[in-house]
Amino acid sequence: MNPGDLRKDIDHLIASGKPRAATRSFIELWNQDRTVAGAEFITSRYELLREQLSLVPFRLAILRNCTLEPVIPLIRAGAFVNGIDLTVHLGGYNTYVDEMREQNSAIYRFVPHAAILAVEVSEVAPELWWGYSDLTPAQRRDVIARTVKIFADCVSAFRKNCSASLIIHTARQPLTASQGILDAQRADGQVAAVEEINRELRQLAAMYKGVYLLDYDALVSRYGRLQWRDEYKWSTVRLPVAAAHLKHLADEYLRYLIPLAGKMAKVLVLDLDNTLWGGVVGEDGFDGILIGTQYPAAPYHELQRVLLDFYRRGILLAICSKNNSEEAIEVLEKHPGLLLRPQHFAAMRINWNEKVQSLREIAAELNVGIDALAFLDDSSVEREQVREMLPEVTVIELPPNPADFAQTVRECPVFERLYLSAEDLQRANYYSSQRHRVELEQSLSSMEEFYYALEQEIRVSRVESATIARVAQLTQKTNQFNLTTQRYTEQEIAEMAAGPDLELYSLGARDRFGDLGLIGVAVTRPAQEICEIEVFLLSCRAIGRTIETAFLSYLVRRARELGISRVQGWFRPTTKNEPAQGFYSKHGFHCLTQTESGSLWALDLDRAEIACPKWIHMIIPEERS
Amino acid sequence: VFERLRQIAADVFQLSPEQVTPLSSPKNIQTWNSVRFLSLILAVEEEFGLMFEPQDLERITTLGEFAALIETKLAGIV
Repeated sequence: MNPGDLRKDIDHLIASGKPRAATRSFIELWNQDRTVAGAEFITSRYELLREQLSLVPFRLAILRNCTLEPVIPLIRAGAFVNGIDLTVHLGGYNTYVDEMREQNSAIYRFVPHAAILAVEVSEVAPELWWGYSDLTPAQRRDVIARTVKIFADCVSAFRKNCSASLIIHTARQPLTASQGILDAQRADGQVAAVEEINRELRQLAAMYKGVYLLDYDALVSRYGRLQWRDEYKWSTVRLPVAAAHLKHLADEYLRYLIPLAGKMAKVLVLDLDNTLWGGVVGEDGFDGILIGTQYPAAPYHELQRVLLDFYRRGILLAICSKNNSEEAIEVLEKHPGLLLRPQHFAAMRINWNEKVQSLREIAAELNVGIDALAFLDDSSVEREQVREMLPEVTVIELPPNPADFAQTVRECPVFERLYLSAEDLQRANYYSSQRHRVELEQSLSSMEEFYYALEQEIRVSRVESATIARVAQLTQKTNQFNLTTQRYTEQEIAEMAAGPDLELYSLGARDRFGDLGLIGVAVTRPAQEICEIEVFLLSCRAIGRTIETAFLSYLVRRARELGISRVQGWFRPTTKNEPAQGFYSKHGFHCLTQTESGSLWALDLDRAEIACPKWIHMIIPEERS
Repeated sequence: VFERLRQIAADVFQLSPEQVTPLSSPKNIQTWNSVRFLSLILAVEEEFGLMFEPQDLERITTLGEFAALIETKLAGIV
C-alpha cells in the first residue's frame, strides 16, 4: 500500500476496533513515510489507541535554548513504532538554567525518566562562535571556563533534584573557522576551543551516574555541516535544524530512549544466503559464494564486521536459515574469508522449517522473550511472514542494495547500549558453555544429580558502587523471573543503597563450566516486625537450577538475625513473569491479600524455615571478613 | 502540487484530506496555530526539497496561495 492508502487503512482499523492491526500498519507507514507530516499523522492517530496497547510508558523532558517543537512528533512516532508510549515535556525557551536549579520547577514536577539538555552552546558562549578573533588568550580561557561551569552547575543541580537519566548535547563546531585555515595551525584556535569544551563535557558526564553525552557535533557532521542548518529558520524562529534533518535528530534521541526504556534487542537472528554472504551456497557451492573484502563481496564483509561489533557489545548472534546444514556449517567453519565462526553463534537453526517456528525455538533455547529477538533477512517474503506471525520481533527492513546493509544494521537503535557491564562482555562465553550444561543435564537421570554435578557456587553481597550499573541493568532488563518488575536507574539504585531504609543485595553465581556473572538482585525493607521484599529477580540464564531458593533462604536468614518475625512480598503479574508466579507459594508463603495489581505473600518465621539447597555452596563475603 | 499539499496539511492540522481546500486558512481551520504552521512549512520543505525565504512566507494567507508559491519555487529549481 502507498502512504495515502495506509492512512485510510489505519483510520479504518481504528474505527473497527483493531488496535494491533493498526499498529502493524503504523510500522509500515513509518518505514515508507518517515517525514514530519507522517509523524504528525501517526501521533494524532496514536492518541486514539494508546489506552488499548500495552506499551512501555516513558516520560521525557527536553531542556533547551532553541525551538524544538517540530521534532517532538517525530520522536513520539519513532517511539510508538518501537513499543514506547512516550510523553514529552518541553521546557521553556531558554529557561533551562532556572528550571534545573529550582527544586520544584516544572521539569521536576513532571517526574521524567530522562531529560535531554538540548542546548546550542553557540548561544551560551557567542564570543567563541561569532567573535573569536576579538578574544585575547586570557579571555578565551575565561569563556571556556565560564561555559563549562554553567553546564557543571546545571548537571549538579539536576542530580540533586532528580534521579532521571540526563543526556547532554555536545557543542557544534562552526561551519568555517573565523581565521580560515590559520585556525588549524594554532593550538589555541577556534576549533580547538570547541573541542576543549566538549572534552570537559565528556568528563563532566563521567562524574555522574546516569549522565550521558550525545555527540551532537558528530551527528551534524554525519549528515553534513553545510546542510544541517537552515539559517533562515534559525534567524526567524530559532530552529537549529533544517527540515530534512529533523528526523535525524529524532532518530538520535531514540538511540538513547530505546535502551533507557528497556526495549533493546538481546539477540540478532540472521539469515545466511545473500545476507551473511553473497550468493546461495546450495547452488553456487563453497567456492562460488561471495565472501571477502573485494567487490562484489565487500558489502557482506562489512555486514559481518557490524555483527562482530555487536557480538563484542554483548548482543547474542543466532542463525535462522533454510539450507542444508552440512553445507552451511562447512562454510562457517572453513571458509577463509569469513569473520564469524560457529562459536560466535549462541543458537543455530539451519534446516527447512518455517522461520517463525525456528525463531520461537531460538527464543526458548536462549531463554529470552520473543520480543528480545531482532530478525535480519534479505528476503522480504520472510520478513513479512515474521512481521505477520510474530509482531513482537524487531524485523530489520533491509534496503535492496547490499552495499547499504551494513549501515542500516549499524544504525538500528535496538542494538544501542549506554554502558556495558562485565556480564555483557562475558555473555557470549556463557552461552557457548551453556551447550555443555545441556549435555550434562541430558546425561543424568535426575534433576538432583544434575544440580550436584553442576557444582554451583553463589555469592550474596550488598550492592556497592562497582555493582550499581549491573544491578540497575538487571532491574531494567529482567522480565521473566521478576516478582515485582520495578525498573530503576543507576542513580536510583545508588540512592537506595546509600539510604538507611533498604537493604540491596546482588547475587553472583558460577558453576563447573564457568562464571555466570552477577545474575540476581533483591531489595528488602526490614522494619520492626516485618521485612518486605520489594525486588526479587533472577536473570533468565539462572532460572531452573534452584538458585532462587538459595537466595531466598539467605534473605529469610538475614531477617531472622534482625529479630524480624515475618517476611512478606508482592507478586505483581505482567505478561512475561509467569516463571516467577508460583515462587512464594512453593516456598511455603501464605497469601495475605489479592488485588488487581497482584498478591501479597507472607512467611511467619517462627513456624517456617527455608533451607539452602544442599547442592549449592553459598558464600557471604561480608560474613567471612 | 495541491494534492500533495492537501495530504500534508491534513496530517499537520489533523483533518481528513476532504476537509482541506485551496481556501483553507487560519480563519477556517481551528487547529491552525503558529507551531502547526511552522510544522506545515517544514513538512512541505521536506516533501518538495525546498527551502523558503522568510519573505516568501509572509504573503501566504491560504493553502491555495501556498500551493502557488510551491509551484513557483519548483519552477525556479528546474
